[in-house]
Amino acid sequence: MLSIVVFLPVAVAVALLAVPRVSDAVVRWLWVAASAVELVLVVVLWVGYDGPGYGYEVNRRWIPSVSSGYHIGVDGLSLPLVAVTAVLFLACAVYALGRTERPPASGLTSTEARRGTSPGPPRAGGKTPGTGREARQSNTARSFAALFLFLETVCMGVFVSLDLVLFFVFFDLSIVGMYFVIAGWGHRNAARAALQFFLYTFLGSLALLLGFIGLYLAAEPHTFDIVALTEQNPLQGKGTVATLVLVAIVVGLAIKTPTVPFHTWLPPAHTEAPAEGSAILAGVLLKLGTYGFVRIAMPMLPGTWRDWAVAIIVVGVVSVLYGALVALAQRDFKRMIAYTSVNHMGYVILAVGAAGLLSTSDDQAHDLAVTGAVTQMVSHGLITGALFLLAGVLWERGGTYDLDAYGGIAASAPRFAGLTAVAAFASLGLPGFSGFIAEFQIFTGALPGAPVATALAFLGILVTAALFLRAFQRLFLGEPATSVGDLTVTETLSIAPLMVLAVVLGLFPRFLLDLVEPAARVLGTLVSR
Amino acid sequence: MNSEMSMAADLGRLLPEIILACTAVVGLLFGSFLPRRTQWPVRVLAAAGCVAGLVWTVVGGTGTVFAQTYTVDTATNAIRVAVLGSVLLVLVMTRLGGHARETEFVILLLLAALGAILLAGANDLVLLAAAYLLASVPLYALTGFAKDGPGTEATLKFYLLGALLGTTMLFGVMLVSGVGRGSDYPTLHHTLPGAPLAAVAVGAVAVLAGLVFKAGAVPGHFWVPDVTEGTQPAVGAIVTTIPKLGAVVAVYRLATLPPLNWPLLIAVLAAATMTLGNLAAFFQRDVRRLLAYSTISQVGYLLMAVAAAGASLALPSLLLYLAAYAVTNLGAFAVVCALPRARTLDDYAGLRAHRPWLAVCLAVCLLGLVGTPPTGVFAGKLTIFTATFDAGLGWLVVVAAVNTVASVFYYLRWLVPALRTSDEFPRPDRAASVAAYLAAPASVAVGVLAGPILALMAPAG
Repeated sequence: MLSIVVFLPVAVAVALLAVPRVSDAVVRWLWVAASAVELVLVVVLWVGYDGPGYGYEVNRRWIPSVSSGYHIGVDGLSLPLVAVTAVLFLACAVYALGRTERPPASGLTSTEARRGTSPGPPRAGGKTPGTGREARQSNTARSFAALFLFLETVCMGVFVSLDLVLFFVFFDLSIVGMYFVIAGWGHRNAARAALQFFLYTFLGSLALLLGFIGLYLAAEPHTFDIVALTEQNPLQGKGTVATLVLVAIVVGLAIKTPTVPFHTWLPPAHTEAPAEGSAILAGVLLKLGTYGFVRIAMPMLPGTWRDWAVAIIVVGVVSVLYGALVALAQRDFKRMIAYTSVNHMGYVILAVGAAGLLSTSDDQAHDLAVTGAVTQMVSHGLITGALFLLAGVLWERGGTYDLDAYGGIAASAPRFAGLTAVAAFASLGLPGFSGFIAEFQIFTGALPGAPVATALAFLGILVTAALFLRAFQRLFLGEPATSVGDLTVTETLSIAPLMVLAVVLGLFPRFLLDLVEPAARVLGTLVSR
Repeated sequence: MNSEMSMAADLGRLLPEIILACTAVVGLLFGSFLPRRTQWPVRVLAAAGCVAGLVWTVVGGTGTVFAQTYTVDTATNAIRVAVLGSVLLVLVMTRLGGHARETEFVILLLLAALGAILLAGANDLVLLAAAYLLASVPLYALTGFAKDGPGTEATLKFYLLGALLGTTMLFGVMLVSGVGRGSDYPTLHHTLPGAPLAAVAVGAVAVLAGLVFKAGAVPGHFWVPDVTEGTQPAVGAIVTTIPKLGAVVAVYRLATLPPLNWPLLIAVLAAATMTLGNLAAFFQRDVRRLLAYSTISQVGYLLMAVAAAGASLALPSLLLYLAAYAVTNLGAFAVVCALPRARTLDDYAGLRAHRPWLAVCLAVCLLGLVGTPPTGVFAGKLTIFTATFDAGLGWLVVVAAVNTVASVFYYLRWLVPALRTSDEFPRPDRAASVAAYLAAPASVAVGVLAGPILALMAPAG
């Protein structure tokens, strides 16, 4: 069952590539259909899951020589993320429906092609679109859909993997998939940003691999199995080696998350990526890093994690403040959201660090912190995914992300303004939205263990509130500088459900928390070993 | 067992090599009776010979033959399969339909393949020297096969370096056999620890020099880019794939001899090879030179497994990596062969738009060479890194990891133009495209089936 959920998208992708001539519309609808079926399957998984512990476990031999298997399963930590993945990919598929024209490769032509129909300010660069582009369009739409379906499989795979090699396989493939999305369909400087993204995150993934090999060799008998390694706690009391392994794993995950100082790949990658790519990158791919912390780093290296918890907390707080302050200074809407991602992921890091600090003293606070971290991952996925899709709408209308190029959009596009306002408020953690639930839990959980850090991180919320309000004012209020079209049906249908979910989670969080809390408690006992 | 029976048994174990040699001889005679323009039957004969060799490798037994001068074990069998498979892929890849000297090409290829297999199986220094010559001389001829300027120049460089290092190797063979009172490895295993260390060291390093040349590792790597660029792409694929397969296993067998501090020497060579190969590949504009340097860096990763010879996983991981490397590298070369006129990276602009499947193959093979999962090279790298860690060479793993990240850069430099659009694009060669379509899935298959493959290789370790 779980294998079907993981591999259904890629099977559809192969089918899409293999069938000869189909029109773009058919391709896009197939993509939506596949994503919808996927979401239904995930809902079935959620309903059928009776925790705690791993559900839908499958364990097959794969590379027995290194004790690595095809071992997958879901629990309270991974199931919510699997669900967010399915929701976001469906939103992207619906969003892509509305695109009548998809620029081919490298984005060199995208600016020019859109400028003809949009009132945006003139931009330098760009080549005249090549002739015969129409003939190749279905080809491009097809590869775009196939690439996203492939990415969906890969992201699902990371979340359900219970084997380090399998985890790494999917983790690495997510980089490859996203590279092609950015390089193939990004904006002007996409090739450069994509290369930077690939090199940086690939470095991270190799650091991760070194850490995994360290864990493998420390375990007796040697194994890559996550469940077995968690039980064994192989590096207990092995000072330097344990520290080195933890450093390798933390650096690998921190690059992916990303935290300060490993975040430099994120803003260019986001700015250059197409809207759907950004939504997935922020909404799902960043979670691969934070998920790694709760699935691998904490339970497998509990002692070392506790020893270094202070350092993790510091990194988290610095990410929170730095991300917020730099976001405040941005004039580019998409860059701004990218930096708020650094800020939001900082809360997660703060929470998991504080959990390491607390675990010996206060169980309840610890559970709260971990639950908050997972809720924050879910909430950030929904909200930031929506924000990036809205940024995509902005680009469609004006051909730029520059805040100063717009003004008074609310007059001509009320729905656009309304949804953006909701997303912005949700992102800054207003009560009633999922972000509030998450951040409230994180702060309550982290306060007993790290009061100073929590107080500092609290300032981050103030800054985020300021920057969102300022950006909203510039874009939507004031004198109408530009008249833009309101959201189309597909745009609304893709973005609005994400916000509805964020509100539902904010008002009725129980159904999520019931799932996460038992798993967080298990993690708590593991970390305090 | 009387001597005649053991002779028969020995010959039985050697049947794949014998089949290959006979196919070459029969093919040569057969080809000389065929009309100049229709020599494809020789190609079919060669393919049949390879298939027969593969079948016998699978069903045949193992053991040492001819007074322990030649080993037929898991490693030899694995190299037999890898080499014969590579030959089959090359036969698909090259289309010389109607070429007047097609027979010569096929026969030289078969002989070079035989040399590579003998290199892998040689358990005796003198046999190793003979295998070296058999693996080298046909390749000199193949390099100059087109009889054009660049090819001739490449041949000359190849030959001069080969002759120099070959002579060095012969000198080493003489020295080691002299102080070791024998040339076969079992004897040397007993005698070398008592022999003068300086003489053994000089001799062994001299032998290593020849093998390093065949493997295309530092410091015997200078020929690789020039030959790959100067000769035809198909020959480039052959010289960077087939002899390496045998040479690396030969280095492995040599490295298990006492009493030198081999692991450190090999580890330094490995680190130097991967680093130099990667650095030189960085700003290449010619795809063949880029691939040539990439093959050098790949040997660096392979030598890691040799350096880690003490670990139980070392030999299985080496063989897995060799097989994965062979198929992935041939896949990348097949794409180059399919587009013989696209010489620079920019010439690949428009590949995705016009030939999407070829672009997918190129992406799979290049990312495969990086070691992206789930391709075979990933499984090889994973196991080699593990083995090297296990052998206590953690620093080498870190060097290799950094190199892997660096290598992403130049492989992507090739993929980026391939993603770009262009209005015109040359028609790819059909045969070579087919080879690419075969190689790319195979390289993924090696990774997915890494478990069973490693299980097959395990008895050797």
